[in-house]
Amino acid sequence: MSSSASARAAMAIHPTLPSLPIKLRTENVGMAFLREGKTLPVLEDINLEVGNGEFVCLLGPSGCGKSTLLSAMAGFLRPTSGAILIDGEIVRGADPRRIFVFQERGVFPWLTVEGNIGFGLRKLPSKERAERVNHYIQMVGLEGFGKSYPHELSGGMKQRVEVARALAVNPDVMFLDEPFGALDSITRLVMRSELLRIWQAERKTILFVTHDIDEAVQLADRVVVMSARPGRIQQVVSIDIPHPRDISSPRYLELRDGILGQIGLAHRL
Amino acid sequence: MDSTYGQSVLKSLAWLKPAVFILLLLGAWQMEVFLHPQQLLPGPWKTTLGIVDLFPRGLIVRYIVASLFRVTWGFCLAVLVAVPLGLAVGWYRRVEMALNPILQILRPISPLAWIPIAILWFGVGDLAAIFLIFVGCFLPLLLTVINAVQSVPGVYINAGRNFGLGPVPLMRQVLLPAILPRLITGLRITLGIAWLVVVAAEMIAVNSGLGFLIVDARNAGNRYDLVVAGMVIIGVVGLLLDTWVRSLERSSLLRWSFEEKQ
Ligand SMILES: Nc1ncnc2c1ncn2[C@@H]1O[C@H](COP(=O)(O)OP(=O)(O)O)[C@@H](O)[C@H]1O
Ligand SMILES: [Mg+2]
Repeated sequence: MSSSASARAAMAIHPTLPSLPIKLRTENVGMAFLREGKTLPVLEDINLEVGNGEFVCLLGPSGCGKSTLLSAMAGFLRPTSGAILIDGEIVRGADPRRIFVFQERGVFPWLTVEGNIGFGLRKLPSKERAERVNHYIQMVGLEGFGKSYPHELSGGMKQRVEVARALAVNPDVMFLDEPFGALDSITRLVMRSELLRIWQAERKTILFVTHDIDEAVQLADRVVVMSARPGRIQQVVSIDIPHPRDISSPRYLELRDGILGQIGLAHRL
Repeated sequence: MDSTYGQSVLKSLAWLKPAVFILLLLGAWQMEVFLHPQQLLPGPWKTTLGIVDLFPRGLIVRYIVASLFRVTWGFCLAVLVAVPLGLAVGWYRRVEMALNPILQILRPISPLAWIPIAILWFGVGDLAAIFLIFVGCFLPLLLTVINAVQSVPGVYINAGRNFGLGPVPLMRQVLLPAILPRLITGLRITLGIAWLVVVAAEMIAVNSGLGFLIVDARNAGNRYDLVVAGMVIIGVVGLLLDTWVRSLERSSLLRWSFEEKQ
């Protein structure tokens, strides 16, 4: 049963994808690192198309190259082979139109919350800048903390600062690398639903890395399942459940179990 | 109310302990001198008289100013050269690898070993002393900055780049604030070195300043009371300098780094 479900899932195409213009495309992307004189292949033959405004989760075991792929898409790393295109142009470096959200580690400790969120808005006149900063402080629920320094905030609040800092520059694409991995499970759930709310309001293209199957199935339009190193795309699963998702619905469980089966895990422990 | 009163009493007691200890030491010193009256070394009382003796002549103020003047110049020149250079060298790994052997050879050479060269190049005078202070401060500061740059977490650099910063804004807005806590600590240590070096330099390369005061007092009639008085003044001024930089360290600008470490 689970194999037929996964087969169905594998064939399913995202219902809205054909109508979405392609935002990001990877063509035979391969990545290898040189380590102690040997080449270590990390990614092999990654072919992926992501539609404009789509929410895609990259799911895979630790060390399979998810962060590497995301860094390459963001322009921090050059792929060893193949090409990554955004809006039809080859990615050649970091760009403010596509922001990478690190775990809360990326917040600058020497700037206040306001300073962090306004970091990418240096070119705006100060009044406009303050307005935007305020807008996003409110959007992520940090009212009253504008003058606080990151060390005065909890992990979840720092993560909100990072997300707000990214949103403030109004990027087309956001890359999130296990953004909620360091949070406690309750905060993580809250942050997930807030990210969905923001995504539905702003319709960015989102590439979201996780190793948590439930997180992927709760959030994504499509889940890209990757195999262990060297990372390849094993399967792409469309999650055809409208938001807000009922995580006890048969379809949710079917899709989740299909992915579990695909990566060789029964859902019974 | 009671507890704050108790705390303030405790605070004054905490202050009392070192004070009592110092008084005991001074007493022992005085006693020792009293028991051996034939030796040249002065006791605390004679030293105090020596300090008092130095003030009316105005010489001491002029000497302190002369020493501070040399330290300021030597130190500031070292900061102006070492900080940008350290940023650049730390940033470009290849430059660091090329430069590293030279730095490692120069590092163990005491700044005092440069005295003959300083006199050869600049003669006896302020310039020689300033040069020696520069030499003493430059390398430690350079190495501090290089190290600090190399330990800046990559996420900060990537985040800065991601928001569109070119190399120079990246240095100013990300690299510099990220290294600031270590830089300030480095500056404090280096200023201490400068204060050590100036005294030594003044004993040989010039004829004014606190270092000169000490050799001069000895040479002109074994005035060991003035020698020790000079040493006390050097200690006090050095302490004041250090306290001043420490207060910079604690300024609100750097509060984050302190909280991070805790
Ligand atoms: N800069 C690098 N140099 C050498 N090896 C690296 C580098 N970055 C990542 N790797 C290796 O590549 C593999 C994939 O890493 P990563 O992309 O971080 O995996 P994931 O994010 O899926 O956990 C790991 O084995 C890691 O050790
Ligand atoms: Mg990772």
